[in-house]
Amino acid sequence: MLAYTIRRLLMLIPVLFGMTLIVFFMIRAIPGDPAQVILGQQATEEAIKSLTKQLGLDQPWYIQYVDYIKGLFTGDLGTSLRTSSEISGEIWPYLAATLELSLVAMVIAIFIGVNAGIISAWFQNSWFDYTAMVLALVGVSMPVFWLGLMEQWAFSLELGWLPSTGRENVRNPVEAITHLYLIDTLIQGRMDQFVEVVRHLILPGIALGTIPMAIIARMTRSSMLEVMRSDFVRTARAKGTRMFWVVYKHSLKNAFIPVLTVIGLQMGLLLGGAILTETIFGWPGIGRYIYDAIGFRDYPVIQSGILIVAVIFVFINLIVDLLYAAIDPRIKYN
Amino acid sequence: MAEIAPQKQTNVPKQPDEEVISPWREAWKGFRRNKLAMVGMGIVLFFILLAIFAGVIAPEGINDQKLSERLQSPSASHWFGTDDFGRDILSRIIYGARISLWVGFFAVLGSAAIGSLLGLIAGYYGRMVDTIISRIFDIMLAFPSILLAIAVVAVLGPSLRNALIAIAIINIPNFGRLVRSRVLSVKQEEYVMAARAVGMRDTRIIFSHVLPNSLAPIIVQGTLAIATAILEAAALSFLGLGAQAPQPEWGKMLADSRQYIIQAPWTVFFPGLAIMLTVLGFNLLGDGLRDALDPKMKK
Repeated sequence: MLAYTIRRLLMLIPVLFGMTLIVFFMIRAIPGDPAQVILGQQATEEAIKSLTKQLGLDQPWYIQYVDYIKGLFTGDLGTSLRTSSEISGEIWPYLAATLELSLVAMVIAIFIGVNAGIISAWFQNSWFDYTAMVLALVGVSMPVFWLGLMEQWAFSLELGWLPSTGRENVRNPVEAITHLYLIDTLIQGRMDQFVEVVRHLILPGIALGTIPMAIIARMTRSSMLEVMRSDFVRTARAKGTRMFWVVYKHSLKNAFIPVLTVIGLQMGLLLGGAILTETIFGWPGIGRYIYDAIGFRDYPVIQSGILIVAVIFVFINLIVDLLYAAIDPRIKYN
Repeated sequence: MAEIAPQKQTNVPKQPDEEVISPWREAWKGFRRNKLAMVGMGIVLFFILLAIFAGVIAPEGINDQKLSERLQSPSASHWFGTDDFGRDILSRIIYGARISLWVGFFAVLGSAAIGSLLGLIAGYYGRMVDTIISRIFDIMLAFPSILLAIAVVAVLGPSLRNALIAIAIINIPNFGRLVRSRVLSVKQEEYVMAARAVGMRDTRIIFSHVLPNSLAPIIVQGTLAIATAILEAAALSFLGLGAQAPQPEWGKMLADSRQYIIQAPWTVFFPGLAIMLTVLGFNLLGDGLRDALDPKMKK
């Protein structure tokens, strides 16, 4: 397993290197003079010169790239043009907000998706099976931003059950420690704030979790159906094991490998997809951070934001691959 | 050498199961039996017809404004209601089908053409060329796709054309990988070896043997990719990075109507429904094509 892990880590190096290249050349691919584009048509010659120097665009590209990589290794993600602050210093709260939202979305997606898939397979061709699979088909095709808006309209604006935007009750703000508010409120023993944070997480969590939920449900169903037809399941049933245990213990354990792969892939995609949910629900996450930066042509923030999300995405995929190999030892020999 | 006597011709009628059916006809027969796939095809055809005959079907023009009729709820005169400029939402959705299908189709055509070509080259020539192309695909796939599309549009500037280019670029590796893996297996087939043995040129082998035998998965992937492309284009327009006002792009219509969601929820409901139905149609069609054309990919 160690050799496999090392091999997979080594394979990551060229990918990570390539990612830095793409992100590095992003700003250089802007048609025309990047500094002029960033500052707009009204910019003075002096301001353009100063920004060109600040961005290092007056150097040959290979020197710029080496400087960029050196910076990355020392944790320097550049300086935001909008706030003039170090990006590495201001990015964590945004990243934490996205991670919290994505994790909650994933928990919702896994809990509902896996159970719906299991029950569909257990009662194949029943009304539950048909309803769940039609809903899953619709869920896969659902524009997240539309679902979010409809949720907001129904449960927040019309019924008033849940808050429509933000992460917390602004009149009772959370004192940030880790910036993961669920944890922060628990550490401080503020159950009133914890409940508020959960209430704020429900609507965006469901919106963001819908597509993964549908994909997980479909994958769990097909995987369970295959396993439930195998000999060991028939034997377990012949021995008189209760159907509940046959399904949830014997079958699920064996059907879980492909489901795990899908979960891992979806977790990575959630991070990218969060930009839409965050825009609708005014969620101060990394997606929103990048989106706002686009409006201000704050390219260093766009570059670093995208790089960070992509690096997390790559490492989530790596962890899934390693888990996959740990569960199914045949993988690492291929 | 003993001569083999010609066999006597008999007039035994051919059994139906002996009939030689082309693989495409066989696939069509399988496809027709799949009810969900037929529903998907029906939805897709419906939206294609809407797009083609938008000028005839739409009750009003794209930008016909009647400020006295702004934000009217659905009624007999305006089936889907009106927006904040008093424009008929149904008409704008009908015209919007043109934009969504156009973006979906051409973005996928572009990525399929470039991706397939790169996949063919990588798979057929192997070695260094394969390593380089495959690593580029790996790197592109390492970015969450919508984020990469946003990055491309952030560089090129927001417009529908640039959104189309961005979507085409992010989908290239999906086609490239698919075709590459297909080529690797087709390359081992005897007819390709035979073609090589008789001295056929590489480009001819690629385009007359390898490509036609990789067509089925490309068509399946293409159909499913159109669904994703439509969704991505709507998402980019929703974020203000794709279509610009007053284009009746569905994602843009949603974004523009957001602020009126309390007083006029229909302005948000119908454009979103149109996106979902179109995407659902292409997904069902793609699933059906996959089952019919390439049963091995069924899972």
